[in-house]
Amino acid sequence: MSLYDLFPPEFFKLSVPLSAYLILSAILFTIGVATFLFRRNVITVFMAIELMLNAVNLTFVTFSNHFGKVDGQIFSFFVMVVAAAEAAVGLAIILMVFRTRATLQVDDFDTLKN
Amino acid sequence: MDYLLVSIIKILIIAPLLLATLAYIVWLERKVIAHVQLRVGPYFVGPHGLLQPIADAVKLLSKEDFIPSGVNHFFYWAAPWLGLMFAVSGIAVIPFGPQVDILGVKTNLGLADINIGLLWILGLAGMGVYGIALAGWSSNNKYALLGAMRSSAQMISYELPMALALAAPLLLSNSLNLREIVDTQAGFAFGVIPNWNLFTGFQLIGFIVYMICAFAETNRIPFDLPEAENELVAGFHCEYSSMKFAAFFMAEYCNMIIVCSVATALFLGGWHPIVPPVVATFVPTILFAIAAGVLFYHASHPIRPTDRKSFAVFGVIFAGIAALFLIPYAGPILNSLFWFFGKVGFLLFFFIWVRATLPRFRYDQLMKIAWLFLFPVALANMVLTAFGVTFFSK
Amino acid sequence: MDLVLFLTFALIAVACALNMALQTHPVSSALSLIGVMVSLAVLYVLLGAEFIAAAQLVVYSGAIMVLFIFVIMLLNAGAEKMTRKAGTAHFLGFPLLVILLAISAWVITNATSAAKPVKFGAFTGGGPREVGWELFTRYLLPFEVTSILILIAIAGAYRLANKEMD
Repeated sequence: MSLYDLFPPEFFKLSVPLSAYLILSAILFTIGVATFLFRRNVITVFMAIELMLNAVNLTFVTFSNHFGKVDGQIFSFFVMVVAAAEAAVGLAIILMVFRTRATLQVDDFDTLKN
Repeated sequence: MDYLLVSIIKILIIAPLLLATLAYIVWLERKVIAHVQLRVGPYFVGPHGLLQPIADAVKLLSKEDFIPSGVNHFFYWAAPWLGLMFAVSGIAVIPFGPQVDILGVKTNLGLADINIGLLWILGLAGMGVYGIALAGWSSNNKYALLGAMRSSAQMISYELPMALALAAPLLLSNSLNLREIVDTQAGFAFGVIPNWNLFTGFQLIGFIVYMICAFAETNRIPFDLPEAENELVAGFHCEYSSMKFAAFFMAEYCNMIIVCSVATALFLGGWHPIVPPVVATFVPTILFAIAAGVLFYHASHPIRPTDRKSFAVFGVIFAGIAALFLIPYAGPILNSLFWFFGKVGFLLFFFIWVRATLPRFRYDQLMKIAWLFLFPVALANMVLTAFGVTFFSK
Repeated sequence: MDLVLFLTFALIAVACALNMALQTHPVSSALSLIGVMVSLAVLYVLLGAEFIAAAQLVVYSGAIMVLFIFVIMLLNAGAEKMTRKAGTAHFLGFPLLVILLAISAWVITNATSAAKPVKFGAFTGGGPREVGWELFTRYLLPFEVTSILILIAIAGAYRLANKEMD
């Protein structure tokens, strides 16, 4: 059982199936959803949103490659720009909330409840 | 496979040369600052202090590598190497010379020739902030954190006018590939004025804005408040010792080389000579011969008795280099390398000259310059260039 | 080599994403997310989208994540604490998410079973010239609207984060 048996030359000529990129994107998206729902720190929740946006970007670029058109990349570019704007405003809001509440735990942002 | 092999050989040549250059830029800086201040600088360790960087390396390696209490171990360890990694990766896209034919192998003088070379360097400038921010934050030290935050904010603020100042030559050269940008600056207008973006591209304002931003990006004087030794206890690297400290300085000098090389490639025409090619083939020989002559003169009328032997040896070496440029086969290759590294070397000398001359800015003055002066000027430069390209290009 | 490169960087991306989900300190999560973004940039280069890869490095990991790290270091709130409500959410949520992932993977594999594989170098239309052309001709209106959006975001962030309380 040598290295040659594990990685024969044909292994290096294999190409990647389309579903591999899409499944990777689905895995990253699911991890993002899990982090978003389960973590209590508001900045970590925000980072999970960025992870989800990145996973979607990967899907767009994959399909742009598959269909041979550049439109998927254009959409991905706009997603990046909107994510930048959203991150700026969202972090400013988090800063303001931290100034008044002095905590970053999502469970403590409940003054509007009842 | 052929491309891979050639690339590996190029990496094996460039990497040690880069590390040696980083060490000897420190020597050059200490000598230039010393002579500006009418003293000698490193003189006793080796002839004229040439072994001083090696002595410094041995000293730094043998120092105690302490870890302060309460630091986050992974980030404390990783920060200097992150900074160094991002700095050194930028060398890969810099074009040193044209396509040459060495022993039957056609290759570009430069490691990688990617379509988005300039964006890669801008991305690395942005990622270089992480090394500094992490170093300051993980050091468990208020002064380090303050210095790191200031330094990161400074680097981010100056990225914007830098990108705008770089956008104007892009309008003139129509490509993000650094090699193609240099190729569009070949030739001479009216036979004597080189076709560089600085001269016929009218990018003087852009060049000045870019150089000011380059000083700020690399944390050099007059913008080095976050890492100055007499403010904030040397800022973000005050809790670092031995090799990690050396890594920060290697990263800083490597960043200097990269910004000077980008300025050379975009504004100063890369490896194209400043005089028409008829004269340009002899300029390196003449310059090195003059340098050898000066050294022989000083060897015969020495100021200090040890100069007699050392200057004579240096004179012989320089005369040998002058003869090297006359070899018919290697001559053109060495010529291109001479012009490129000559321009980069001149810009590095300018960096060191400014360090010896100017005081440093206060932090709020520094941020005001970026946002209220450089950003509008770079924007206006880009708009003017766009007008020029639209109405005056053939 | 395609498969080797894809597997390496896909594994790095998933490992960094899991690390981001599992680390308690926000700075560690942020750095793991930067790792995800850099490996995604390499995957974009493998897919022929070099401009988007460079934009990912410059915009996402070079600017947005720097903003995140600044805010985390500024607030200095430390590692987060697990609450009891979060525990029940974990117990119920994990199996459901795994089922979601399994269904997505099954649907994707079925839908793309006949699609041609992705070869490195097959798609060369991702350079700055092609992307720029489309941005400035067909997608000019969204481009200008996003620039106004960024202006709004700048004005909003400045107004929100300004220290004067009135």
